[in-house]
Amino acid sequence: MAERVGIVAVAQTKYSPNRADANEGELVYEAVKQVLQETGLKFAQDGTGIDATVTCSQDFWDGRTISSCNVMSYVGHHHSDEDKVAEDSLNAVYTAFARILSGHQDVVLVATHCKESQGDKRGIENAAMDPIFLRVLGLDFLSAAALQARRYMYKYGITPYQCARVVVKNRGNAKRNPFAQEPLDLTVEDVLGSQVLASPIRRLDAKPTSDGACAMILATERKAKKLCQKPIWIEGVSNCYETHYLGDRDLAECDALVKAAKKAYKMADITDARKQVNVAEISEEYSYQELLWMEGLGLCGRGEAGKIIDSGMTQLGGQLPVNPSGGMLSGNPTVVAGMTRIAEGVLQLRGEAGERQVTGAKRALAHGFTGVCGQLQGVMILGKA
Amino acid sequence: MAELMQDRVEKLKDLDVFVYHGKIYIPNTYTAGAVGSRFLIEIRDNKKIMGTRCSTCDVVYVPARSVCKHCFSQLDKWVEVSDKGTLLTYTVAGQSNGVQPVDPPIIYGIVQLDGASTGMVHMLSEVDFEKLAIGMRVRAVFAEKRVGSILDIKYFAPL
Repeated sequence: MAERVGIVAVAQTKYSPNRADANEGELVYEAVKQVLQETGLKFAQDGTGIDATVTCSQDFWDGRTISSCNVMSYVGHHHSDEDKVAEDSLNAVYTAFARILSGHQDVVLVATHCKESQGDKRGIENAAMDPIFLRVLGLDFLSAAALQARRYMYKYGITPYQCARVVVKNRGNAKRNPFAQEPLDLTVEDVLGSQVLASPIRRLDAKPTSDGACAMILATERKAKKLCQKPIWIEGVSNCYETHYLGDRDLAECDALVKAAKKAYKMADITDARKQVNVAEISEEYSYQELLWMEGLGLCGRGEAGKIIDSGMTQLGGQLPVNPSGGMLSGNPTVVAGMTRIAEGVLQLRGEAGERQVTGAKRALAHGFTGVCGQLQGVMILGKA
Repeated sequence: MAELMQDRVEKLKDLDVFVYHGKIYIPNTYTAGAVGSRFLIEIRDNKKIMGTRCSTCDVVYVPARSVCKHCFSQLDKWVEVSDKGTLLTYTVAGQSNGVQPVDPPIIYGIVQLDGASTGMVHMLSEVDFEKLAIGMRVRAVFAEKRVGSILDIKYFAPL
C-alpha cells in the first residue's frame, strides 16, 4: 500500500476587501514565506527540498491567460516543476496529493491567490456561462444562485429565517478568527432587512469582495513525520461535476456533491459522516449553500438542514460545528476558498485554531466548489491519527 | 484597437502604489453546432420549440442536444414540444451587471415546457413580481424580428 500523504504546514493571509498594496505575487508570497520558514524547506531538484509546486488561480480573475505567470518567482517554479489548477483550490491540493502518490515526488508546495477587488465579478461569471443559451440572457452566478436558492427553499421548506441564521452564525464565528475579513455582530433581522440583490438572496446572504492567498506543503508519510511534529493526513478526497445547463438539473438537489462525498468517505472509511466528522468547513458563497451542501455531504438528511441550523448543532460548541472560521460568508476569495477550508481543518486538528478551536477534533471535513450553482464539487477528509 | 486596449494609470491617494486600469480586447466566435443551429432555426422560422429525444433514457432535451448526458448516445430523434410550460423557479434580479439584454430588474426563470424533460432558462415578463409563483403556467412570447438567437423567444408570460 502507498504511503499516506500528510500536510506539514499551512498559512493564510488575512483576507481583505482590497489589497491594492500588493500584486498577486507579493500577496501569495506572504503565505508561501510562512510555510517555508515553518518547515525550513528550500526549493530543490535533488530530493532534499520541495520537488514541485501546484498553483491555483483563474485567468479571468487575474485578467490574463496563464495566470500562474503572475506568481512564478514567488512560488519557486523558476526552473522547476509546476502545475496550475484553475477553479477551486481544493482541487490543487488533490493534484498535489496525486503527484506524491505517483511515487516520483515527495514534497509539494501548493499556493493559491485571488484578488476579487481587481476584477469584474459579474462579468467574469457571465463569461463562464454557455455563450449561446445562457450568456446572452445576462445571467451571472448571483442570479443563478437565486434560482437555486428559491428552488431548494420551495422543495424542502427552508425559510429565509433559517438562511439568515447561517449568516449570523458565520459572521459571529469570524470574530474568533484573526484571518477573517469581516466579522460582524448581526441579528437575523439585520440579514432579513438588508437589500435584496436577486430574490430571495439579500446583501448579507452573500459574501463580500475579498482578496487573499493560502499556501501549504504536502509530503510523503516518511518525510512528513520528519518535517513536522503534527502532520495532518489526507484520508479521503474526491470531486464530481454537475452538468452545466441549469435547466438540466433539479437545482434543489446537489447530486455531484453527494457522489463526491460518498467517494471521499469510502476512501476515509467513514460510514456515518455526522458522527465521524468533528468539524466541517463548507464553502458557502451564499447563505443557503451551507444548508444545501450540508445535505449533499450527508451531514443531515434531505431537507433537514433548516432544523439543524435552528437546533444550534452547527455552532461552535455544538455537536458538529460548521465553519467555525466564519466561512466564505465572512470574506474569502473564490478560487482560494477551498484551500482556506483545508487550512482551517488542519489548524483544528493540530489544536492550533485559537479561540475558534473545536475541542478534541480528530477528523475534519473540507469542502470546495466552483462554477454556477456549485457545478464542480470537491470534498476532502483530514485526520490526525 | 489601440483605443480598446488603452490603459489608464492611477496613483492611489493613500498608498505609494500605482493601479493600471486595463482592458483586454478578445473578440470570439461561437459555433452553435448542427443540432443547436436547427433548434434556433425552428424558433426563428416557425416559432417552434424543438427537443431531441433519447429513447433509451426516455428523456426529451430542450434546448435540443446532440448527445444524451446519461447514456452518451447520439441523439437524432427530433420532437416538437409545447410553447407552454410550468415555472420551476424564478428570481427578480435587481443588480445591473453590464451584460444584461434588458434593464434590470429582470425576472429570470426556469420553465419546463410541456413535453420536455428538462427546464429552459429564460426571462419572464408581463407579470407583477408579487404574482410570481413556482408552478405557475407560462407561455413563450416570440420576438417580432427573429435572428437565430435564444432571444428570439422574447420572454415567458403568464398564460
